[in-house]
Amino acid sequence: MSDNSEFFQFKGTDGYIVSRALLEAVNCAIALERPLLIKGEPGTGKTLLAKHVSDGIGLPMESWHIKSTSKAADGLYVYDTVQRLNDARFDSGDVSDIGRYIRHGPLGRVFAAPDRHVLLIDEIDKADLEFPNDILLELDEMRFYVTETGEEIVARHRPVVIITSNNEKELPDAFLRRCVFHFIDFPDVELMKEIVEVHHPNLDTKLLDQVLIKFYWLRGQSELRKKPSTSELIDWISVLLRSGVSQDQLESHIPFLGSLLKNEQDTEAVGNFSESGGQIPDKWSDLGPRYNQ
Amino acid sequence: MFLEFFYGLRDEGVPVGVQEWMMLMQALDKGIHGASLMGFYNVSRSCLVKSETYYDSFDRVFARVFHGVEGELSVTDELMEWLNDPKNFEGLTDEQRAALEELDADELMRRFLETLDEQDERHDGGGRWIGTGGRSPFGHGGEHPTGIRVGGKSQRRSAMKVAEDRRFQEYRTDATLDLRSTKMALRKLRNLTRQGPATELDLDETIDETCRNAGEIELVFRPERRNNLRLLLLMDVGGTMDPYYEPVSRLLTALHEERGLRDFKACYFHNCIYELVGTTADLYRKNAIQTGDLLRQLDERWKVIIVGDAAMHPAELMQPRGNINPRYESDTRGIDWLWRIRKHFDRSVWLNPDPPNTWMRTRTTEAIASIFPMFPLSVDGIAEAVGSLIGSRQHGTPVH
Repeated sequence: MSDNSEFFQFKGTDGYIVSRALLEAVNCAIALERPLLIKGEPGTGKTLLAKHVSDGIGLPMESWHIKSTSKAADGLYVYDTVQRLNDARFDSGDVSDIGRYIRHGPLGRVFAAPDRHVLLIDEIDKADLEFPNDILLELDEMRFYVTETGEEIVARHRPVVIITSNNEKELPDAFLRRCVFHFIDFPDVELMKEIVEVHHPNLDTKLLDQVLIKFYWLRGQSELRKKPSTSELIDWISVLLRSGVSQDQLESHIPFLGSLLKNEQDTEAVGNFSESGGQIPDKWSDLGPRYNQ
Repeated sequence: MFLEFFYGLRDEGVPVGVQEWMMLMQALDKGIHGASLMGFYNVSRSCLVKSETYYDSFDRVFARVFHGVEGELSVTDELMEWLNDPKNFEGLTDEQRAALEELDADELMRRFLETLDEQDERHDGGGRWIGTGGRSPFGHGGEHPTGIRVGGKSQRRSAMKVAEDRRFQEYRTDATLDLRSTKMALRKLRNLTRQGPATELDLDETIDETCRNAGEIELVFRPERRNNLRLLLLMDVGGTMDPYYEPVSRLLTALHEERGLRDFKACYFHNCIYELVGTTADLYRKNAIQTGDLLRQLDERWKVIIVGDAAMHPAELMQPRGNINPRYESDTRGIDWLWRIRKHFDRSVWLNPDPPNTWMRTRTTEAIASIFPMFPLSVDGIAEAVGSLIGSRQHGTPVH
């Protein structure tokens, strides 16, 4: 088992702003030694979290990016039969030692490692519906057998497991029950200002206000098929800064819309709105009560 | 109060079990929540709630149960009270009860109060769970000496304020018909089977077999995977049903195109199904087909989804010549047609856009719900209906 788990606490890092709720969820998962399941809109930094938890508590990280073809067994180990066949045909190795052809997957590597790891299982919902159930036992007991060699791999330290999901598939109840869960809410204006500050320090406050008004206004438009997310906002500000757009130019229209909206119909919809005389707001008070508390 | 919280969540439909509750107790035992109601709110939410769709219900129950206990001390009083008079849980096994008792109440309480005292005076330098204490001087926006960065002014709002805000309302799935989540629910309408001739080379098996054969090549074939699901949509159009026509038909057509149902057919009716159904939503007679023909063409393996509010004049359902349109008159009652459909197909469901608590107030709705398993036309309802269509046993309102 692990050392004194209180030793490992996540406190956030310089490049990554967390909400208090998320911080507490992370610490809860670390203390309870349970997997942390993170959901949230694309672009809210789910995958980045693992990287920063690993930096924050100073443990190495291993990631396992799930694809639709991923199988649970791949995470543990793969028996490389093709290599063995090849060696047998061309006499290039000791074929009788099956252990040579066992390749550990991410889960296997973390278990076998001498030190504690952070393990990211990214986009678990991409895989087959049964996938989460298939790794349940291994995550619970932190051990598995390599059937080909009869060897048992037991984790020396329980890794900090962080699992992300984009909600494409529902996860099984038995799996959910074992996880600590957190949904990353879309950042509110205050938090967003701090996130922007990390990426673009010393931005003119009036410009920032205009940028955020436009951004949250766009997000509020229900016709949009894909709402712009944090990462798009950061990119957009980079473009604005490089092109030297002034705050006045920002007031009445949205330049470089393409870096915010990634979809033709969405760009058109906003275009139509302006052409038909619609006013793009330039004050917080135009955005409704949610932003004016 | 804590029991009230637990059962309050269950009453709201949040699936909280003993396992989740134990997890929360462990977390409290380790003191992760710090000393504030806000910390307790965060920790209990991450332990008890496993989907953002329940965040809103959680907020409502939290606000109700802990209303007026904003002052942190009153929470500790309550906690003390609860811990001293423990385990009046129903449905706990002896084992679980013993495990609960193992968390020494006094010890837990002592620590809780201790942290509270400490946090009042100063921020303690790192021996405890940093970033959890409610009144601890978190640097908002700035850098704290210990390197903690917790963002946002709003982060210091009280738990009650956060809970009462109900910011997660839009993530509820039992009240709305959000396109994306509905699509997700409908995606389960799949019945992937490998049937027919073995035409596809199974590479993995081939390699495995070849290796097992000590290098003699052994080819393995298998049938292709196909979705074997056929779906018939019968939809009530006109009048109160108009707002639902567009989203529902768009959804199902999109589903058909995208996910490749084996076959999909949509027919339309007004209020109740009689001897004719429309193949277009305008219900023009020239586009109508005989309901009897439809039943002859489609075999019992077709899954049927009927969308309608099932509320009509009783005569439209129960009387001969009940069709509300006087130009169509037939002696067969609407309810008989419904029974024929129900019996002809193995699986059928009825989706009703009206809220479920109103169903039993309408005679016709009640009658129809006793024929077809009825589900609300919401994301959750559709997910349940899909489960009922393809699950191993059909559930829902009982079938006589």
